[in-house]
Amino acid sequence: MSGVVTLKINGIDVGAQENETILDVARENDIFIPTLCYLEGLSRIGACRLCLVEVKGISKLLPACATTVAEGMEVFTDTDRLRKYRRLIVEMLFTEGNHVCSVCVANGHCELQTLAQQHEIDYVSLPYLYPQRTVDASHERFVFDHNRCVLCTRCVRVCDEVEGAHTWDIRGRGIESGVITDLNQPWGTSVTCTSCGKCVQACPTGALFMKGKSVGEMVHSPSFLTFLAQMREAKK
Amino acid sequence: MKATLALPSDDKRWRMVNATMRRHGYSSSALIEALHTVQQAFGYLDETALQYVAKSLRVPLSRVYGVATFYNHFMMKPGGTHTCVVCLGTACYIKGSPQILETLEKRLAIRKGQTTPDGKLSLMVAHCVGMCWLAPVVMLDDDVQAEATPAQAATKIQEWVSK
Amino acid sequence: MTTKLPQSQLPEEEILRVAEQEQEEKSQYQRHIYVCMGAACLAAGSATVKDSLSEVVDQNGFAGRCAVHGGGCRGLCAEGPTVTIEPDDVLYGKITPQDAPDIIKNLGKKRPLERLHRPTDRPFFLRQQRIVLELAGKVNSERIEDYIASGGYKSLLKAVHEMSPVEVINEITRSGLRGRGGAGYSTGLKWRTVAKADGHPKYVICNGDEGDPGAFMDRSVMDDYPFRLLEGITIAAYAVGAEQGYVYIRAEYPLSVRRVQNAIRQAQRLNLLGNQIAGTAFNFDVQVRVGAGAFVCGEETALIASIEGKRGQPRPRPPYPATAGLWGKPTLINNVETFANIPAIIRNGADWFASIGTEKSKGTKVFALTGNINHSGLIEVPMGITLREIIYDIGGGIPNGKRFKAAQTGGPSGGCIPEEHLDISMDYESLAGIGSIMGSGGLIVMDEDSCMVNVAKYFMEFCMTESCGKCIPCRVGTAQIYRILDNTTRGTATLSDLEQLEMLCDMVRHTSLCGLGQAAPNPVLSTLRFFRDEYLMHIVEKRCPAGVCHLHPEPALYNDTKESVR
Ligand SMILES: Cc1cc2nc3c(=O)[nH]c(=O)nc-3n(C[C@H](O)[C@H](O)[C@H](O)COP(=O)(O)O)c2cc1C
Ligand code: SF4
Ligand code: FES
Ligand code: FES
Repeated sequence: MSGVVTLKINGIDVGAQENETILDVARENDIFIPTLCYLEGLSRIGACRLCLVEVKGISKLLPACATTVAEGMEVFTDTDRLRKYRRLIVEMLFTEGNHVCSVCVANGHCELQTLAQQHEIDYVSLPYLYPQRTVDASHERFVFDHNRCVLCTRCVRVCDEVEGAHTWDIRGRGIESGVITDLNQPWGTSVTCTSCGKCVQACPTGALFMKGKSVGEMVHSPSFLTFLAQMREAKK
Repeated sequence: MKATLALPSDDKRWRMVNATMRRHGYSSSALIEALHTVQQAFGYLDETALQYVAKSLRVPLSRVYGVATFYNHFMMKPGGTHTCVVCLGTACYIKGSPQILETLEKRLAIRKGQTTPDGKLSLMVAHCVGMCWLAPVVMLDDDVQAEATPAQAATKIQEWVSK
Repeated sequence: MTTKLPQSQLPEEEILRVAEQEQEEKSQYQRHIYVCMGAACLAAGSATVKDSLSEVVDQNGFAGRCAVHGGGCRGLCAEGPTVTIEPDDVLYGKITPQDAPDIIKNLGKKRPLERLHRPTDRPFFLRQQRIVLELAGKVNSERIEDYIASGGYKSLLKAVHEMSPVEVINEITRSGLRGRGGAGYSTGLKWRTVAKADGHPKYVICNGDEGDPGAFMDRSVMDDYPFRLLEGITIAAYAVGAEQGYVYIRAEYPLSVRRVQNAIRQAQRLNLLGNQIAGTAFNFDVQVRVGAGAFVCGEETALIASIEGKRGQPRPRPPYPATAGLWGKPTLINNVETFANIPAIIRNGADWFASIGTEKSKGTKVFALTGNINHSGLIEVPMGITLREIIYDIGGGIPNGKRFKAAQTGGPSGGCIPEEHLDISMDYESLAGIGSIMGSGGLIVMDEDSCMVNVAKYFMEFCMTESCGKCIPCRVGTAQIYRILDNTTRGTATLSDLEQLEMLCDMVRHTSLCGLGQAAPNPVLSTLRFFRDEYLMHIVEKRCPAGVCHLHPEPALYNDTKESVR
């Protein structure tokens, strides 16, 4: 029994189901909110903080992907303050990894690149941290280039929640953390990986890609997830 | 009812690990408790232990590895015979413990968190060992070096390593 | 001397009988010697002191007249091992096993042994007011009977026999008690939310993670008064309708783990935990969970993840644990000190508690007073006392004739209080008003030789290494902020770095997922607010006024920041 609520997003009155999130409602109404860790069909972890919005009467910024709507809510998705923060967050992602778009398989099809364009980032004002990261090409069909990983954990979640293999997880913590396979071993030696390739499709950047792709050729299509999610819902 | 897995070897310590897991009904939430027991019994977590715990509790391997490396308390390599802990809590820090750490790192030619190549000594740091009035504090196994100076700590370590 | 008790339910009278029996047994002795068995005194050798005292007592035929017990902490940790003699209330400090014969010989004499005596009529004691630590040093931390004989568990019996859960919650709400874990949320309101929440079973969690790297108040409560803690937790469980409780203790406190586990077993034996507690229909049990070295696990949602056996990563709130916590069920989480206040409030009433402290901050606060101060230790003071009183009256001022520079509260989430605010009232609002926080009770005093930029860098390094890494602002932001502070202490930072520092702090504070990231900029912002000139001296003059930092103004390798992305 889900009721209907009305709220305002950027001054526009919109209607919604009471169990929807701000992000769901915004998308239904063609109101753009940037996202990165969110992927339809996966759990919502509110980690990247790009979808933060302002809500009247609440001093904290709230993640649109993980906040349910309420009657009379007044949401602002595109204030100067939010733009400033989002820009800095995207910049920080560039400094945290080693991203060189010009040689990347995902050039032109990368969510990080798109975020940079959306926020008009043509140079990064923060210094690069140049972490030491590796490339794992031990899998027969796929490659994991950790230099391009933004730690959104979409691969971890799709593998656990959809494929049910839980091959991926995160090692360590903080700025030292990274995605691992099983007991931190080469992907090709994993005993749990089913080679289904869902992680590759879910990846927003060129970190996970199919072997044999060259610059700009890796196009991800995570839309299968929406379909899978709906089919499962129907089965229940 | 889950069947108990065969122990990795007839080392008695595996029985302790198994006992901990049994006490928690082999529930996946017992993961940290199980790793505590492994750490206590063996001093560190190796691949055999991680595999064993993962299979017994039916927790994915990568999750076990993720948990083991998230928490500072779990060691993935064996520690030294002796442990030297330099306190980097606030009181010790403002009274000069970073200088002690620096001196020891130079003298032992290892970084914090590492063990000397001969396996004799691990150099660790702590965030407050709870004796702030003695700051800066250096602990050599269970010995407390109060109001330590870099030179003093270095001499003491030397004595100790040569023992 | 263990009292034999039946395994089955114990009605109230029998618990009172335990108290009487214990009291009677105690009254056979003229003197009771309590040797502090807190972690600090143990490290200073109090166990051997206790052994030699017992030995001397036995050898000299005092055995029937004088009893030696392991006791708790009197707060004078710097003077350990300490010994308290009752009923004379004589406190001795810095005792060695060799002092035992003299101490025993002196028993019953009018004047305490001059050389070891630590008079308790000094401001260090007189300016304190003890609620949480009221039985300080004077009960055996390993015998429930002693605790009961000293009036313990009366509050629980009163709650379960004479009050309804709603009445208990109302009493706590009226008392004005606020959470002592840092944020200061009203304890009564939190209890009410959990009590009203739909879902079964409900859980109670005691947060004993105490991660602030310079604080040891909660450890002292767990070590010395584990029964008091359990009593508080049990009352809370009764009030909110929980059947299972967890005490989450950080791995660095093995003694606390043992003491609390021991206390649980003893409480179970007396049916003060378990089924049909004290002959009522109320069932409740407690387990200990040991942390594994992660500051972020003090955050409530991370702590819950940790109890569930996962990586201790926080999740967005709402939903709050009060409605969806452990295993998704309604869960009450309170700090150790919060729980330890409960028995006193139930016993003495809300009005009594509310009469202590300030208008909005009631009761007392325990602080771990350390740093450049004459009398370090554990103190409990009424809310609203001034910082000056704490430092100069209780703490005896700054040693070596040095000048006070700042006091730090709240650890890595808190801020610095400079000299011009020495007369600040120590309460939640006043501290927040100047950019610090009450925190969990670490209070570190710094003299003129401390460099405030270095202190800010210290806390940022701590937050960086303790960041769980889930959200970008905290994971990368703390590393970027740390880099600027590190450059500042090396003399390679520029004025534009300072600008960037403020921008980053603002972003990390407002966009991080949990309290760790949200509060991580506080030490920087507060030192920038009060000691901006020190930052400028490092940056412009390449000089550290306190002489702590070694500045080598060489250009940093990565100063060319304007690199192209695309
Ligand atoms: C990073 C972080 C660390 C924390 N550490 C502790 C802690 O060590 N002990 C504690 O009681 N609360 C800690 N808290 C606060 C808890 O999240 C929670 O608010 C508290 O336990 C609630 O208890 P209270 O209402 O009694 O204060 C921490 C919070 C954060 C964000
Ligand atoms: S603020 Fe820091 S500790 Fe908290 S969730 Fe984000 S990364 Fe983790
Ligand atoms: S999309 Fe909402 S926090 Fe990442
Ligand atoms: S800061 Fe070192 S013992 Fe507390």
